[in-house]
Amino acid sequence: MTGFVAVLAATEDIPTPDVDWSAIAPNLILMLGGILLLTVVSVVRGRLPGWFHAVWTISVATAAIVAVVPLWQRVQDSGPESVLAGALVLDGFSLVVTATICVSVILAALLLEAYLRRERLGGPEWYVLMLLSASGGVTMATANDLVVVFIGLEILSVAVYVLAAMHRRRVSSQEAGLKYFVLGAFSSAFLLYGIALTYGATGSTNLSRIQAFLADTVITQNALLLGGLAFMLVGFGFKVAVVPFHNWKPDVYQGSPTPVTAFMATAVTAAAFAALLRVYVTTFGPTYRTEWQPLVAALTVLTLVVGAFLAISQTNVKRMLAYSSINHAGFVLLGVLAASAAGDAATLFYLVAYTFMAAGSFAVVAVVGRRGDGHHDLSDYQGLSRSRPGLALVFTILLLSQAGVPLTAGFLAKFYVLAAAVESGYTWLAVLAMLTAVVSAFMYLRIVVTMYFAEPEGEPRRPRIPAAAGLAMGLCVVGVLVIGIVPGPLSDVANDAVSQLVAVGR
Amino acid sequence: MTLQLTGSWYLVLAAMIFAIGAVGLMVRRNPLVMFMCVELMLNAVNLTFVTFSRLLDDVGGQAVVFFVLVVAAAEVVVGLAIIVAIMRRRQGANADDVSLMRG
Repeated sequence: MTGFVAVLAATEDIPTPDVDWSAIAPNLILMLGGILLLTVVSVVRGRLPGWFHAVWTISVATAAIVAVVPLWQRVQDSGPESVLAGALVLDGFSLVVTATICVSVILAALLLEAYLRRERLGGPEWYVLMLLSASGGVTMATANDLVVVFIGLEILSVAVYVLAAMHRRRVSSQEAGLKYFVLGAFSSAFLLYGIALTYGATGSTNLSRIQAFLADTVITQNALLLGGLAFMLVGFGFKVAVVPFHNWKPDVYQGSPTPVTAFMATAVTAAAFAALLRVYVTTFGPTYRTEWQPLVAALTVLTLVVGAFLAISQTNVKRMLAYSSINHAGFVLLGVLAASAAGDAATLFYLVAYTFMAAGSFAVVAVVGRRGDGHHDLSDYQGLSRSRPGLALVFTILLLSQAGVPLTAGFLAKFYVLAAAVESGYTWLAVLAMLTAVVSAFMYLRIVVTMYFAEPEGEPRRPRIPAAAGLAMGLCVVGVLVIGIVPGPLSDVANDAVSQLVAVGR
Repeated sequence: MTLQLTGSWYLVLAAMIFAIGAVGLMVRRNPLVMFMCVELMLNAVNLTFVTFSRLLDDVGGQAVVFFVLVVAAAEVVVGLAIIVAIMRRRQGANADDVSLMRG
């Protein structure tokens, strides 16, 4: 007993890391915003109006973006820092991804408000889950430790599994939830096994320490590490839906409530690619690039080709957009594959541009889907140019941007990624990527032609456009055009952000 | 002759459990069994972490296990809720029945 007391006395001071609260402010705002919203609606008597939740969510996400600005200044002035004893890193890259995730929360919240009203669903849970999920995404983007990457991924994913299955009356929504859940859990296990093997090979899960360890140690038996890299690639590959790990994506995108699909396509993709880039390019880039690049190159080829070709054979627009997002993932992967500063900047630029393109496109799909969220067939778009000329125009601009037509964000996003790939010696892949872009352009033009030239059977439907959804579409079109016509500011930010993607030690 | 149980035995065991889980998830069609397979995979990872932690003489790997346990619990809660929601609508749980969407 006395021994026990002595031990207790001796271990009185457990060293706790200094917490720099200001550095994690955006994440804290998102998380506390979600928890507070849940608390407020439980405490307040009676039902709060539906718009309250949306306004709250948008304010929280805006506050998080505002919190990013001083941090960005700080990082620009004094360089990247590691926070929470090296568990998180504060650098330009993580801050830009944070802001992107917040933007997609704002856009998805606008869509959700209109959607829930139309579907006669309600409740704050949708918004709470979205905020918590976003906080997981931010954790992933700022993670400087493989375990933190995993926890961020789970916070992000678990909330989205629920969101996918939230539409009570649509069976396909629950099917999407189940499919996403099973494959998500499967992929998490792969990621985690990869982390375990990497830990065994390098002796740490901290990215800075792994990088330092690999820089001054020559591992003779590196089977463990290579296995770890491969397993982690499978895990991330499932999350970003790289072929051959893409099977879940069309089903889940089609089945989920459309605003949730918009959130998945933007925030989840951005967060997963951010983590992928930080682990593979920043941590293993300097020493193990030659090992993972051929593997990633093969995945890129498959993703580009399969995404483009499967998209053309679809007749469901929501499914087409899901396959086209696989093709887009191939382009982003091209930026990761370049493993250079230019590649990182291009990846970031693509993720931001894609956020506007995808959120806007799914906004149109949500509106055209009408009550029940089921009218997603190509024939439902016939004659849209006559019944809703504005909506058809918005969709056309967004689709052309996805196809990569000049003066839109999509063109520059593709251009930067291809330039980075060529610079790193992947000319053949860049050529292939351009060919697949032509193939998917055919698919986008098919939708446009259907809207403008196809004769509708009977009277064309006139979908209602709620104000909130209209606002979201407007923001996306403005974003796509502004980035396309004045790309300077965003590309400067992307370049500044990338130059600081340096893993920092404790 | 006594058999020495070195670290690699545990690693191989963990790899085998992981493989059983992975194959099971792909082969079995009952969502509940699929859950169990995921749990098997996660616990194989835990065993790997603990073994490496012991071999490297580093406590970090054991700390990870706690995080994994919490995450696994959270996942099960969500997964079971989704299954219950589906079971309310139809009899029996079979992943093959849940296939409205194809293509």
